[in-house]
Amino acid sequence: MNISDIIKPENKVYGKSRLLLDKEMHFCPGCSHGTIHKIIAETIEELAIQEQVIGISPVGCAVLAYDYIDIDWQEAAHGRAPALATAIKRLYPDKYVFTYQGDGDLASIGTGEIIHTCNRGDNVTVIFVNNAIYGMTGGQMAPTTLEGMKTATTPEGRSHISSGFPMKITEMIALLPGVVYATRQSVDTPAAERKAKKAMMKAFKSQTLKKGTSFIEFVATCSSGWKMSPTDANIWMKENMFPIYPPGDVKDEID
Amino acid sequence: MAEKILLKGNEAIAIAAVRCGCDGYFGYPITPQSEILETLSEMNPEKDTGMIVLQAESEVAAINMLYGGAGCGKKVMTSSSSPGISLMTEGISYIAGAELPCVIVDVMRGGPGLGTIQPAQSDYFQITKGGGHGDYRTIVLAPASVQEMNDFVELSFDLAFKYRTPVVILSDGVIGQMMEKVELSPIKPRWTDEEIVKLHGSWAATGKTSGRKRNIVTSLDLDPHRQEMFNAKLQSKYREIERNEIRYKSLLCDDAEYLVVAYGLSARVSQKAMELARDEGIKVGLIRPVTLFPYPYEAIEAIVPRVKGILTVEMSAGQMVEDVSLAVRGKTPLYFHGRTGGMLPSPEDVLALIRSIANETYNPDSFPGHNRLWLR
Repeated sequence: MNISDIIKPENKVYGKSRLLLDKEMHFCPGCSHGTIHKIIAETIEELAIQEQVIGISPVGCAVLAYDYIDIDWQEAAHGRAPALATAIKRLYPDKYVFTYQGDGDLASIGTGEIIHTCNRGDNVTVIFVNNAIYGMTGGQMAPTTLEGMKTATTPEGRSHISSGFPMKITEMIALLPGVVYATRQSVDTPAAERKAKKAMMKAFKSQTLKKGTSFIEFVATCSSGWKMSPTDANIWMKENMFPIYPPGDVKDEID
Repeated sequence: MAEKILLKGNEAIAIAAVRCGCDGYFGYPITPQSEILETLSEMNPEKDTGMIVLQAESEVAAINMLYGGAGCGKKVMTSSSSPGISLMTEGISYIAGAELPCVIVDVMRGGPGLGTIQPAQSDYFQITKGGGHGDYRTIVLAPASVQEMNDFVELSFDLAFKYRTPVVILSDGVIGQMMEKVELSPIKPRWTDEEIVKLHGSWAATGKTSGRKRNIVTSLDLDPHRQEMFNAKLQSKYREIERNEIRYKSLLCDDAEYLVVAYGLSARVSQKAMELARDEGIKVGLIRPVTLFPYPYEAIEAIVPRVKGILTVEMSAGQMVEDVSLAVRGKTPLYFHGRTGGMLPSPEDVLALIRSIANETYNPDSFPGHNRLWLR
C-alpha cells in the first residue's frame, strides 16, 4: 500500500488546531507548555470564540505564548496578569479573558493579584502551570518546589526551615467564594490530556455563566530545570509531585 | 451660562473623568487624594455612562489594571500620591514601553519614604525624567487651580491617545484639597466598542477579528536591533512631543527685571509675591510651566538676557530648578527657594527674597526652608 492511499480526508482522525501558529516553539524538549498551548488553541477553536478572546501572557518561559496562538494578546509584567484580566473583563464583560502563568509568576511575585482577582470572582480563566521551578531564569526554587528538591538556589534541597513549604495554590484559591471552578490537571499521558481538554472547555464555558473565576492548575514537567530526560521527568512528576499536588477537581460549583 | 460649582481639586478630577467619557478608573486609597476614588464611587457612573470604577487591592494592581484597560483601547485613569506613585512606577514603564495611552494623577505629598501626608512637589524628578527603568518619558501637566484639575483631564486623554503614551497630571495636596469655583467641561459620550475598533483597531487587543493580524500588546523584544529601533521610535515620539506640546503661562514678563519660575501651587504663591513686589516698584515677571515634560526651556531662555536675576520657587529641596538652570546656563544669577515636609512657601517670604535680590542684600540663611544661590 502506498502512503498516499492512507493520507485522505476521510481517514483523518486528528489535526493541528488552526489557531496554533506554525512558528517553531522555543520550549525545551519534554516541556509541558507546548501541549498546554495546544489544548488552549483547540478549546478556543472548538468553542468558536477566537474573535472574542484576549489572552494575557506572563513573565517566564511562557512570555512568548503570543507567538504561538492566533488570538489577541497582552503581555503582563511579572505576576500582574490577573490585574490586567480584571480590567479587561470589567471593560469588556462579554469577551473571554484568560491568563497564562507559571509558578514563579502566579505563586510567588503575583500572589496578591491572583488572590484578589479570584476573590472578586472576576469571570476570567486562570491557567497556572506548576513545574515547581523557575525555568526561564535557569532553575531556581519556586514556592511550589518540593521539599528536598535540588534547585540552583537550594543546592542541598529545599528545606522548609529556611525556605518554607511547597505552596498548594489551587487549594488556597478554592477557599475563596469568588472561585467557581478549581481543578488540577496534567498532560503526561494522552488520557490526562483528554481530561485536561475537558477541564479547559469547562473553564472557558463557565465565563458565560458569570458565576466567578475558573482556575486550572497544570502539574507540569521542566526536564531542563530538573536536569532529567523528558521520560524520566514524567515519571518523577508522577512519583513526587502528584502526592503533593494530586490531579482532580478541587472545587466545582459550575452546575 | 456654563455650569459653575464649588469643588475640591480632587473632586474636579473625578467629575471631569466621568464627563469626558472615561471608561474605567482603578485606584487605591492614599491621602491626600482619596476623594478621587470616593467621589467616583459616590457618583457610581456605571449606571449612567457605563464607566467602571474599581478599588484595586494595591497601587501595583491599579497600574496593571490600567495597562490591561489601555491595552484594549479604553480610556482609563488612576490616581495616587507620592508613595503610591513609586509603587506604580514599574507599571508606568511597561505602559510607556507598550505604547499605551492612559492618565495618571499624582497628588504629591512630602517624602522620602512615608514622609508626610502634607503637600509637596518633590516627585518632580521621578515624574518628569521617566521615573522607572528604561528610556521613557511621560507627558506631564501641572495644574495650578481647581479649574485646571478639571480641564487637564480631558486634555490628558487627548494627548495620551494622540501620542499613545501615559500622561501624568502632577498636582499637590493643596490643589487636591482646596475648593474653588469650577466651570465643568461639556459631557462627552464614551466611545462605543465599534468606535474603539475603528479608532484603535490597528493596535488594541479587543479580540482578533477575521481579516486582520492578531494584536499583541507587549514591551518585550529580545532582538537587540529591533529593540534599539523601537527605542529610536520612542525617542522620536518624545522629540515630536517637545516640538508640539510645550505649554506655559507668562505673566508680566515684558518689562520684568526679575523673573520667578514656579509651577502648580508654588506659582500661585509666587504670583501673589509678584503683585506685592510690583506694588513696591520692583518689576517682577512670572513664568509658570504648565507642561513639565516637555519643558519650556526656550521661553525661559528668551527672558534670561533681559533680567538681573531669576528665582525658582518649589515645594522641594531643588528639583525643577535644575531644568531652569539648563535654560539659564549661568547667564544671569539663579536663586532657589524651596519648602519641604509639608511646609508651604509664603508670598511674604518670596517677596522678601525678591526684595533682597533686587537690593543686593541676599542672604540664604535669613529665609526659612531651602535657599541657595543655585547658579551664579
